[in-house]
Amino acid sequence: MGKLTWAAIPLDNPIQMGASVFVMLFIGSVLAIVTFKGWWKYLWSEWLTTTDHKHVGVMYVLLALLMLLRGFIDAIMMRSQLAIAAGSAPGYLPPQHYDQIFSAHGTIMIFFMAMPFMVGLMNFVVPLQLGVRDVAFPVLNAVSFWLTATGALLVNMSLVIGEFARTGWLAYPPLSELQFSPGVGVDYYLWSLQIAGVGTLLSGINLVTTILKLRAPGMGYMRMPVFCWTALASNLLIVAAFPILTATLGMLLLDRYIGAHFFTNDGGGNAMLYFNLIWAWGHPEVYILILPAFGIFSEVIATFTGKALFGYRSMVMATMAICILSFMVWLHHFFTMGAGANVNAFFGIMTMIIAIPTGVKVFNWLFTLYGGRVRFEVPVLWAIGFMVTFVIGGLTGVLMAVPPADFVLHNSVFLVAHFHNVIIGGVLFGAMAGYNYWFPKVFGFTLDKRLGHLSFWCWLIGFYVAFMPLYLLGLFGMTRRMQHYANTAWQPYLIVAEVGAILILCGILATIAQLVVSIRSRASRRDLTGDPWDGRTLEWSTTSPPPRYNFAVMPCVESQDAFAYMKAKGTAGVIAEKYESIELPGSSPNGFVTAFFAVITGFALIWHIWWMAVLGIICALLTLLAFGWIERVNVEISGEELARDARARMAKVEPV
Amino acid sequence: MQMPKIWLFCRISAACGTALLLASCRNVGVLDPQGPVSAAEKLILFNATGIMLVVVAPVILLTLAFAWWYRASNKRAKFRPDLVYSGSIELVVWAIPAMVVFLLAGVAWIGAHDLDPAAKLKSEAKPLRVEVVSLDWKWLFIYPDLHVASVNQLMVPVGAPIEFELTSATVMNAFFIPQLGTQIYTMPGMTTHLNLMADHAGSYPGFSSHFSGDGFSDMQFVVQALPALEFAAWLENARGGSAVLDADAYNELAKPSKKVASRSYGDVDPKIYEYILQLAAPMAAATPEAN
Repeated sequence: MGKLTWAAIPLDNPIQMGASVFVMLFIGSVLAIVTFKGWWKYLWSEWLTTTDHKHVGVMYVLLALLMLLRGFIDAIMMRSQLAIAAGSAPGYLPPQHYDQIFSAHGTIMIFFMAMPFMVGLMNFVVPLQLGVRDVAFPVLNAVSFWLTATGALLVNMSLVIGEFARTGWLAYPPLSELQFSPGVGVDYYLWSLQIAGVGTLLSGINLVTTILKLRAPGMGYMRMPVFCWTALASNLLIVAAFPILTATLGMLLLDRYIGAHFFTNDGGGNAMLYFNLIWAWGHPEVYILILPAFGIFSEVIATFTGKALFGYRSMVMATMAICILSFMVWLHHFFTMGAGANVNAFFGIMTMIIAIPTGVKVFNWLFTLYGGRVRFEVPVLWAIGFMVTFVIGGLTGVLMAVPPADFVLHNSVFLVAHFHNVIIGGVLFGAMAGYNYWFPKVFGFTLDKRLGHLSFWCWLIGFYVAFMPLYLLGLFGMTRRMQHYANTAWQPYLIVAEVGAILILCGILATIAQLVVSIRSRASRRDLTGDPWDGRTLEWSTTSPPPRYNFAVMPCVESQDAFAYMKAKGTAGVIAEKYESIELPGSSPNGFVTAFFAVITGFALIWHIWWMAVLGIICALLTLLAFGWIERVNVEISGEELARDARARMAKVEPV
Repeated sequence: MQMPKIWLFCRISAACGTALLLASCRNVGVLDPQGPVSAAEKLILFNATGIMLVVVAPVILLTLAFAWWYRASNKRAKFRPDLVYSGSIELVVWAIPAMVVFLLAGVAWIGAHDLDPAAKLKSEAKPLRVEVVSLDWKWLFIYPDLHVASVNQLMVPVGAPIEFELTSATVMNAFFIPQLGTQIYTMPGMTTHLNLMADHAGSYPGFSSHFSGDGFSDMQFVVQALPALEFAAWLENARGGSAVLDADAYNELAKPSKKVASRSYGDVDPKIYEYILQLAAPMAAATPEAN
């Protein structure tokens, strides 16, 4: 069994064992409920083997929400540790455990919370906004999701069996090399990211193809909703950047597994190479996350001000400018490595230049608000909270692009505060705005407004209370990733930060309560119109939830904000003269089965169980090939059925 | 009747605020520069923030103001659904961030050159050379011209430029003394360069600012900036010590250890720094000068 022995289970660590038992009980009870209620068949045919982009999107978001909980538990454990570990107090987490927690927190929040959240929203919304019936490669889409889920599962398995990386979320060598990290932690990190990374790349290819090749008739590029533009930019970045990640982590794997010397201290390896490569992926990665969020805010602000987005062309230009510029700034992550003044100044200035298109976006949102009629629904609160918070994060970001300022701020908790300011204030607020905005479309009923407001205010205030003290501490000279600190003057600030984390916890609980309350009262909050917010884009022109085929008749796009135009012209929601039958891809267990074998392969590789790894990879490849060759069973929906559905829908809406 | 409650709240808030401010006065890192490099960096930090606030602060206020004034329930606000494009506004919204960035780019370009870590500082005083080695998990400071060395304690004369050459014996670290300015990575098999100076006598905390493993949090050292006479006295005292930093002593020191007490070596093998470079990165074809 390779390196795997019973000693891998951390029986001596009560926190880890408690968490493991809790997770096992949770999974066990979910499985028990599913079995007891007899939901397996439904679950298998509608969800686990689905190729419907909407169901895949929902599963991505569900994964993201679960991982948000896991990542947040890590966060509040770190904040609690730092709130007490002042002076000579050691706190309650020893370094070996604390180091794993901050590494897992970063890895999970970026790869398994923020990424699936954004990919999930894009998966659900982009085909609907484009007026098409699915993504370009529906089966591949399911495979992508299940590979991402595989990565998430492997990361979480490290909690129960073995350990996670103790190297930080980017696993910088030489620390992550075998010489300094002989355990399986780094291998868990590497294999889960390799497998999830393949899923992300495939998903990127899928969405790029969808946006470039599948659009409703009349939907030219300059009529695409801004969210589709930002999704295009984001997925182009995925296609360009993720191979770099795979290659970089692949080289580190070769160092660790076959004694190569890419980044080792000996044998002529050089860790600086890794720094450059990982950030050549890493900086585009932050734009992969933030660009879709920019798109969500654009949609939300336009919808809830009741007017089209100000400066659409500027917005598109700014998006594509960011897409390209994001590849030219990676060196600002290590100004303090001793590159010369010219190099530092060049990358500093390139970084600042990104602030120009970003600034333009903020101004365009501002002028969309100007002269609008703002309805303060939950999504627009997140958008306004974002505008206020994000410009502060932008300010501190541009500040650190000035090399001499970075020389004293780099690696400090000021940096930690900065990237949480843009990731929470930008990406997470965007995800929450999108979640509240599109939820009625996904499930056909609206979310509770009061709990939505409560969640927003807890998150917003919690964010400021948690991270403003860190900005100050960074200026006072506190560096990141410390497990304890001697300077007791810092403790009050860290206690305040802990209070902020607790407020954010309230925000998360409010979000869960919002979901539960809304589900229980769903009968009274049904959205029969399909257009609860007076939306402007095509996803609102179909029913909520949309039928499997999205649109009975392909919409004909005559303008930007196609649905708003249809409503103004009175051509929305009209029964078509003729319905043609539709062919849809049937379900496929390809993704689920492949991912099952991918889990086995990944686990076996982490623990050096070679026979199992070979078996797993052969089975995974055979699954992919077999399902690739099998004649696909497509589902056909007849024209009469479509017409019947449409009439039934109209009958429901008309009386209102 | 609400007054007392509000008063109580105000007083508690004020007390907390004062406590925080008092607490922060004890050690304010980057905000309390003690040398020319850190002073210049603090100035740039404040200038750049100021330049950006000129735009950022109005944007925040306008966001809140527009959102409030144009709320759907406000009958006095004029609804302008046709305001979706305006060439002149577009010009302004591209020009404002562009001008700010143009200004900041100047600050960055000049700053990056003036404060290049490898650039030697101008001073009348004779510079002091110090070789710095980060180990698991402590700092070794070698004074090649003075033939002494110390662990986790760095003595420097006030007013003299210090020319650091830095490397690492194991994983990467970063050498940082917030009150003196600029941090720099230490990397095995490679040498980075850093020039700092202390203008005032005092003791300043220093540490590793790049995570390096389980003992990282205790990888702290103290910098003592001493007037010339006191520095000479320290040197005399250090030279009196019997410990010699040679290959054997170094190999003993290099074993991983945490929370290491400061100590000094009275004599130093002149080839020790080259030895450490070689040992950390064997087979490195040619040791590149990272600069």
